[in-house]
Amino acid sequence: MIYARRAWIVLWKDLLSERRSKETLNALFFFSLLLLFLFQFTLGADRERLVAALPGLLWLGFILSGLVGLGRAFLAERENDCWEGLLLAPGDKSAIYLGKVAGNLLLMLLVEAILLVLFAVFFNLDLAAHLLPLAPVIGLGTIGFAAVGTLFGAMTAHVRARELLFPVLLLPVQVPVLLGAVKATEAVLLGEPLAAVGHWLGLLAAADVIYLTVGVLTFDAVLEA
Amino acid sequence: MSGLQRGLGWLAVASLTAGIVMALGVAPREATQGNVQRIMYVHVPAILIAYLAFAVVLVASVIYLWRRAAGADRLAHASAEVGVVFTGINIATGSIWGKPTWGTWWTWDARLTSASIMFVIYLGYLLLRAMIEDRERGARFAAVLGIVAALDIPLVHFSVYWWRTLHQPSTLLRPGPAPMDPTFVVALTINLVAFALLYAYFLARRVRLLEREEQVLA
Repeated sequence: MIYARRAWIVLWKDLLSERRSKETLNALFFFSLLLLFLFQFTLGADRERLVAALPGLLWLGFILSGLVGLGRAFLAERENDCWEGLLLAPGDKSAIYLGKVAGNLLLMLLVEAILLVLFAVFFNLDLAAHLLPLAPVIGLGTIGFAAVGTLFGAMTAHVRARELLFPVLLLPVQVPVLLGAVKATEAVLLGEPLAAVGHWLGLLAAADVIYLTVGVLTFDAVLEA
Repeated sequence: MSGLQRGLGWLAVASLTAGIVMALGVAPREATQGNVQRIMYVHVPAILIAYLAFAVVLVASVIYLWRRAAGADRLAHASAEVGVVFTGINIATGSIWGKPTWGTWWTWDARLTSASIMFVIYLGYLLLRAMIEDRERGARFAAVLGIVAALDIPLVHFSVYWWRTLHQPSTLLRPGPAPMDPTFVVALTINLVAFALLYAYFLARRVRLLEREEQVLA
């Protein structure tokens, strides 16, 4: 119980500082808007081509904004000796990890919701019809992304070339999550039932469990600094 | 270089020679593909030993996080390097084989794709090691990545396999298990042993070198 409370405190602290500064969220909102422009301009105005590429574009948007957002998750801790504070926090350090994952998850889900609305407006994505089956796909995919992203973000926070190293480490590891999420999204947008992509959902769930378990077990070694 | 290492090196050279003789001379010409098929004697052992190398990285990483033994870290580092080289050999030979057989250097075939993803993941692992100056911290972070990477490999395999096969049946020629002449198997086994010895030799040399580097820097 006290473990869950510790995770909650970390999450609450991050949410509070984000609510007061709105630093990351504002920038991410602007960034996702720019991504839409980018997709439109690089793929041209051809409606059919955009629709065919929609599942891929959607996840490209999620992942690019996720890369920008998650890479910053631990940077705030480097200021004002916050890192030492985390180190001195009593008890199991993996509670800090889970709190950070939860914070990153919320942040990403929020940005994804914004992107979905933007896609509905700009690319004619029929959100109302697909939202219900899309929710588990996006949820499972985002958990996997946040679980590894948080772990790697804590690692690369100490590296000089972190903006380079973070995506270089994260992207190849995330290939299974990306493939599963894009394929499942594609099927859902084509109107197939969720049962038809059960194997992909299973893979995403397995990936989430594996990533979270490794994160919980190894975060201690990452935090030591 | 210790006598044991020297012996290992010569053993690797001898078995590689035997492997080449078997692959190029003794093993019969494959009926449909011709001589190109002989590249398999390098291609297959390379990837099998690469898997072994990455398994060693996983075990050594776990031991490092558990015991903080510098030896385990050096073992993981060395094994990852050799594994990346062997994966590279596998991808390069596969590409050379693919050109006359499939008519293209590269195709997003399931095995090609998963091997190349594995290659990129462990390149990232080596990059992480190179970018962190603090030795102890680098060892810790690399160990975490070594564990994530190894557990990711089965996920990569499943996802890429489903991605390529479930939605579009492959029309490409697949290197499936054909009824094989026993000489093929013997030649392949000898080459596998040769690559295993070569791996062990590289590993021992690289671990020694890392040890020396640390002594110099200390």
